[in-house]
Amino acid sequence: MSSILNQNTLESEAIYIFREVVAQFENPVLLFSGGKDSITLVRLAQKAFYPAKIPFPLMHIDTGHNFPETIEFRNRLVKELGLNLIVRRVQDDIDKGISIEEKGKYSSRNSLQTNTLLNAIEEFKFDACIGGARRDEEKARAKERIFSVRNDFGEWDEKNQRPEVFDMLNGRIDIGQNVRVFPISNWTELDVWSYIESENIDIPSIYFAHDREIFERDGLIWTASEYVYKEDHETTQTKRVRFRTVGDITCTAAVESDADTVQKIIQEVRDSAISERGARIDDKRSEAAMETRKQQGYF
Amino acid sequence: MEVLKIATAGSVDDGKSTLIGRLLYDTKSLTSDKIEAIDRVSKKNGLDYLDFSLATDGLVAEREQGITIDVAHIYFSTPKKSYIIADTPGHIEYTRNMVTGASTSQTSIILIDARKGVIEQTYRHFFINNLLRIKEVIVAVNKMDLVNYSEEVFNEIVQDFEELRAKSDFKDQKITFIPVSALWGENIAEKSTAMPWYNGQTILEHLEALKAEDFEEQSQARFSVQTVIRPKTDEFHDYRGYAGKISGNSFRIGDEITVLPSLTTSTIKDIQFFTESFNEAPAGSSVTISLADDINVARGDMLVKSNEVPQETKVLDAMVCWMDNKALVPGTKYVLQHNTNGILAKIDKVEGHVDTNFGAEEEVSSLSLNDIGSVKIKLSKPIFADSYHDNRANGRFILVDTLTNTTAGVGFIK
Repeated sequence: MSSILNQNTLESEAIYIFREVVAQFENPVLLFSGGKDSITLVRLAQKAFYPAKIPFPLMHIDTGHNFPETIEFRNRLVKELGLNLIVRRVQDDIDKGISIEEKGKYSSRNSLQTNTLLNAIEEFKFDACIGGARRDEEKARAKERIFSVRNDFGEWDEKNQRPEVFDMLNGRIDIGQNVRVFPISNWTELDVWSYIESENIDIPSIYFAHDREIFERDGLIWTASEYVYKEDHETTQTKRVRFRTVGDITCTAAVESDADTVQKIIQEVRDSAISERGARIDDKRSEAAMETRKQQGYF
Repeated sequence: MEVLKIATAGSVDDGKSTLIGRLLYDTKSLTSDKIEAIDRVSKKNGLDYLDFSLATDGLVAEREQGITIDVAHIYFSTPKKSYIIADTPGHIEYTRNMVTGASTSQTSIILIDARKGVIEQTYRHFFINNLLRIKEVIVAVNKMDLVNYSEEVFNEIVQDFEELRAKSDFKDQKITFIPVSALWGENIAEKSTAMPWYNGQTILEHLEALKAEDFEEQSQARFSVQTVIRPKTDEFHDYRGYAGKISGNSFRIGDEITVLPSLTTSTIKDIQFFTESFNEAPAGSSVTISLADDINVARGDMLVKSNEVPQETKVLDAMVCWMDNKALVPGTKYVLQHNTNGILAKIDKVEGHVDTNFGAEEEVSSLSLNDIGSVKIKLSKPIFADSYHDNRANGRFILVDTLTNTTAGVGFIK
């Protein structure tokens, strides 16, 4: 038996938040994208409730434009931990005519996820949606509360947020409202990677350097895929790359890298000259792209 | 990695955003795409230097108006520590945001414009630091470049601040004065050559040197139960663990404890963190505690050492910072959230409003948004509370509006 617990402040805070969610809400869900942040959430949830199982389901809002490696990873994780996984597909909403597909050079299903997410929240009557967003990612996210109240249209009223004092989380809501919960709000990209290293957490292979068929546009590296619109003059080539974030294949750019271990990735993140979301095409639409999407209910 | 949480308060005019931007730049925490963006906008605004204040403000309305409205969280790190800055607006109409930002911080930076010296805003920031019992305070005297890096000006400001400090009842507080120029990076991360008369640390050196012991609160151990863990599996058939976060001093296996409010007693059988057991766990750790006896414990209950039971009370005298547009008036009911325990509470009396300039309490009958004052509260059920000065976690509460569910105020038990 070890004698004195040497606590990790960020980990203890996240566990505290998970426990508040389960105590304060009737029907929480963990939004799982298959990315490193949501995988970290799963580990923290395991720790929060051990030896009991994670007492809520995972939900994946599937754009259909996935990296196959992520889906394989997702299915394996769910099986290994005996978790309950819900999948809701953007394609189903397009087929039903609820969502309309974007067309052209920069088309992506990223923004259509919002619709599918809000419909799923209604369908299952989720009152708390736990997500892996971090405040260091983007300036609108820097203003997020840990318990962030959304109205019944999923909207974020950023100018009128509840004060969050000390560690006291107020999850009281009216029927129809829901709360977005961000247990790793205060973690940085480097914190997440250090945690993945120290906990020896398994992550999808696309985070590590690999050879991939890509093409370059606007100074970014795009994956050559049937889902990604490519003009005839845009030629593909094979390059050694990795992904820093894992989102929809149409809006996640790769970076050139030789980092094939977590340790090398940490070194790369430390030395990195470009921010993590610098390779997110969805943020480049405008200065306030994230704030606008969040107001509408995006994560 | 070690985490240090810092609160900053002030307006753009003080150079607060510039100071934060400079800290990020000098610790190489700004990536090239962010520096390019700052460079682009600086040039657009007709400046021939990098306007680091652009590194911080987040919301569209804030960028338009050039002010910080809400608390923003800013992150940077050195090989030694991870830093989290809670950046808040300094104007009186944003007092609630200052209290919010300071509530999660271990240290704070109070900014003073060297040309203006100690002003009303300085009083307010210092008052809030005292209300929250922030132990380590840095007073950064900024814009030294605009007063010819004058030692005399700096010393005068230090002296004025010392007079202010004499009014404070928080004698354990440590205040460090540092002359800086955020714009030119003097004494932020690098020692200033323009102020050879100053032999102290730079802001970053000071932050790097702070140790966990500098903030540790010596107070009685408290464990508020968040949830009960009962796996009901074959392997853990009879398992029952109490999940929560420790505050105050450590708990150890074998400690004789009392469960509040039932006053039943038992002994700590095990302290677990995930799959491991520990003999001892310190403040801030989220653990699961098992007891030797099968007694009834639920969310909202608190475990304390049997020789350290706090006072039971149905009436609270507290300093309240009001955060809601709807004023606090006697006779109204709120849910009082004390640790993980929610109790119906009635505002018995608003006894006075304090001016944040350390003046005497003024008699009032209500508290409006951003007011701080003394309030007497009656509770529907007794709670076991400490004074905030004795035990920060067990001496504070929030008041939740029963109609809108919003967090309407925060209280510090006297």
